[in-house]
Amino acid sequence: MEFDKILSTYTVIDQLADLYDNARSSLYKYAPPFINELREKAIKTLKKNGFPSTKKEDYRYTDLEEKFAHPYKNVFSSPLIDIDLNEVFKCDVPNLETHLVLTVNGWFYDKNAPLKGLPEGVIIESLKNVAQNNPELIQKYFGKQVSINNDALVAFNTAFFQDGLFVYIPKNIILDKPIQIINILLSDNDLMSFQRNIIVVDENAEAKIVACDHTLAPYHYLTSQVNEIFVEKNARLDYYTMQNEHNASTQLANTYFNQKENSSLISHTVTLHGGLIRNNIYSKLDGEGAEHNMYGIFLIDKNQHVDNYTQIEHAKPNCYSNELFKGVLDDYAKGVFRGRIYVAPDAQKTNAFQTNNNIILTNNAEMHTKPQLEIYADDVKCSHGATVGQLDEEALFYMRSRGIDEKNARLLLMYAFAHEIIDQIRIEPLKDRINNLVEKRFRGELSKCNNCSYNCREPEK
Amino acid sequence: MLKIKDLHVEIEGKEILKGINLEIKPGEVHAIMGPNGSGKSTLASVLAGREIFHVTKGEVIYNGENLFDLLPEERAKKGIFLGFQYPIEIPGVSMVNFMKTALNEHRKFKGEEPLSASDFLKLMREKKELVEIDSKLTNRSVNEGFSGGEKKKNEIFQMAMLEPKLAILDETDSGLDIDALRIVANGVNKLKTANNATVVITHYQRLLDYIVPDIVHVLYNGKIVKTSGKELALVLEEKGYDWIKNEME
Repeated sequence: MEFDKILSTYTVIDQLADLYDNARSSLYKYAPPFINELREKAIKTLKKNGFPSTKKEDYRYTDLEEKFAHPYKNVFSSPLIDIDLNEVFKCDVPNLETHLVLTVNGWFYDKNAPLKGLPEGVIIESLKNVAQNNPELIQKYFGKQVSINNDALVAFNTAFFQDGLFVYIPKNIILDKPIQIINILLSDNDLMSFQRNIIVVDENAEAKIVACDHTLAPYHYLTSQVNEIFVEKNARLDYYTMQNEHNASTQLANTYFNQKENSSLISHTVTLHGGLIRNNIYSKLDGEGAEHNMYGIFLIDKNQHVDNYTQIEHAKPNCYSNELFKGVLDDYAKGVFRGRIYVAPDAQKTNAFQTNNNIILTNNAEMHTKPQLEIYADDVKCSHGATVGQLDEEALFYMRSRGIDEKNARLLLMYAFAHEIIDQIRIEPLKDRINNLVEKRFRGELSKCNNCSYNCREPEK
Repeated sequence: MLKIKDLHVEIEGKEILKGINLEIKPGEVHAIMGPNGSGKSTLASVLAGREIFHVTKGEVIYNGENLFDLLPEERAKKGIFLGFQYPIEIPGVSMVNFMKTALNEHRKFKGEEPLSASDFLKLMREKKELVEIDSKLTNRSVNEGFSGGEKKKNEIFQMAMLEPKLAILDETDSGLDIDALRIVANGVNKLKTANNATVVITHYQRLLDYIVPDIVHVLYNGKIVKTSGKELALVLEEKGYDWIKNEME
C-alpha cells in the first residue's frame, strides 16, 4: 500500500521530468540565464523531493497527487485566441475605472489594449517581454523571496513558467486608478498552465491592485501561480485577489509579500468558487514599522476544497500584523486554514493578531483550522483565536419571530458573517460588487464578475 | 382572538406548563404575573414558536387556526409579536436591513408592494419618535452594543413598526430605570387599539401603574391559579407571592 503510493508519486514526477526535458528549449527561449539556472535547480529539487503527500503535516488535508494524476495538456507557446477578449470580457463593475490587463492561460494577452494615462515610469508588462528585453529590471526581485527547496509548488512553477506580469510602480508615484488583472483560462481541452507575477511598489509609492481569476471554458484546469510582491520603504499597497473558477479547476497559488520600513499593506484573498484551491501566502515584515492587514474569505459548497496556508514572519521589531480569515462551508465542502506567526528573536514590540472563524452549514462539511505561533522575542503582543460553528440559532429564531422566513434569516446571518471581511475593501465600487457577488453566491445563483458570453459550466465527470 | 386550552409543555422531559387555560379578546390587556420559574417565559416562547419546547397536551387556537400548525414566521405575519426578555444581538445585520426585510415580508403576506426606501425611512422616523429611541441606534447592528434599556425600547420600536394584533411582552420592564419604563409603557399604550390585544408578562406591579391591565393572572408552578381584575396586582404587591404559595399548599 505504502509502496504503491510512493510509486505513483514517482510516476507523476517522472512524467513532469520528461515533460521538462522535452520542453526545455521552449522554456529557455525567452528567459535570461539567471531564470534558466533557477529552472534547472527547481526541476532537480522537484525530481528529488516530489510533491508533498498527505503524510506531510502541511498537506495533511489536501491531496495534490490525485490532482496531478489527471492527464492535462501542456502548451509551451503563447495561446492563439481568435476572438477579441477585450470585447468579450468587459468588466461590468459599475464606476470602477481601472488600468486593465488580461492574461490567458498564464500568458500576457497579446491584444491587451494599451494602457492610457499611466504616470511616467510605471510598468505593467508581460514578464516574458521584460525578461527577454530588460532582464536587469527583474533580476533584483526574481526568485529572491521564494524557496524552491521548501515549497514544491514554487519549484514546480519555477521549472515551467514562461510568462505572467511585471508591475512596477516607481518611487513617489501614487497611482490614482487601481490596476485590474484578469486571469482567464480558455482552451479547447484540459490544460495545465503556469503564471509568474512580479509586483514592485517602490519607495513611497502607492497602488491598488485587483486580480481576478476566471475559467471561461468547461475543461479541467490545473494552474500554478507564483506572485512575488515587494512593498518598499514607506510604500502602500492594497492587493485584492478574487478567485472565481469552476469546480473542475485546481488552483495552486503561492503569494509572497516582502515589506520594508513603514510600508503598509492590505491583502484580501476572496474565494468565491473553485474546485481545489491551495493558497500559500507568505508575508515577511522585513523593515521596522511595517504593517500588514491580511484578510481572506471563502464560500464553498458541493465538493469544493480550499486550503489557506498562511505565514506571517515578523523579521524586524515594531511591526504590526492582523490576520482575519473566514470560511463558510456547505454540502460536502472541505476547508483548511493554517496560520503561522513567526516572531524572530530580535523582533521586539511586535503586534501580531490572528483570527479564523468558520461556519459549517451541514453535517458533511469539514473544516480544519490550526493556529501556529512561534515567538522568539519577549516583548511582543500576539493573539490568536479560531472558531468553527453553526449559524446562531437564537438569532435565527429572533429574526423568524419578526416574520423573516428561515431561508432569508440564514442568508442575512451569512452575509453578516462575510461582510466583516468585505467591509475592509478600500475600493468602494469593488466592495459593492463583491458584496453583491457574495449575496448571489449565498443565494445559489451563479456569480459571474463579468458579462461575458461564455457559459462557464463544468465539464462532464 | 387567542384561546389556550389545557396546555402542557415540556423541555428536556421536564414539565413546565401543566394545563394552562386562557382566553384573550381584541382590545384587552392581560397581565401575567408570578414568581420566578413559574413558567411565564415558557408560555411566551411557546406562543411565538420556539422549537426547543414540546407541547405534550392541549391546544392553542389563534383567530380560528391551530397555532401549532404555524411556523414562527407565519405566526409573526399573522400578527403575533413577542417582545423578548433578552433581545438577541446580531452583529453585522443592520437594524435598517433587519426591519426592512421583516416589514416587507409582512407586506408581501398581506399582498402589498414593498415600501420604497424613502417611505420606509419616513416610517422608521415616525416610529422611532414614539419610543424616543436614539436615531443612531438604528444605524447600528441589531441590538449590538445597546444598553439594557435601549434593547427594550428597540423591542417596542419593532412592535410599532410591525403593528401586531397580539403582542406578548416578556418582562419588558426588567432592567429599565423609571424614565425608560415610562417611555416603553407610553409606547405600548399608544399602540393600543380596539382590535389588538396585549399580554404583559411581569414580575412586579410597577409596570402595571403605566400599562393598566383589564385582567390579571397569576401563574404558579405551571398553572394559572388566580384570575381577577387589575386590583389583584396591588394585592400581590402588598402581600408578595408567598400569599399565593401558602394558599396553594
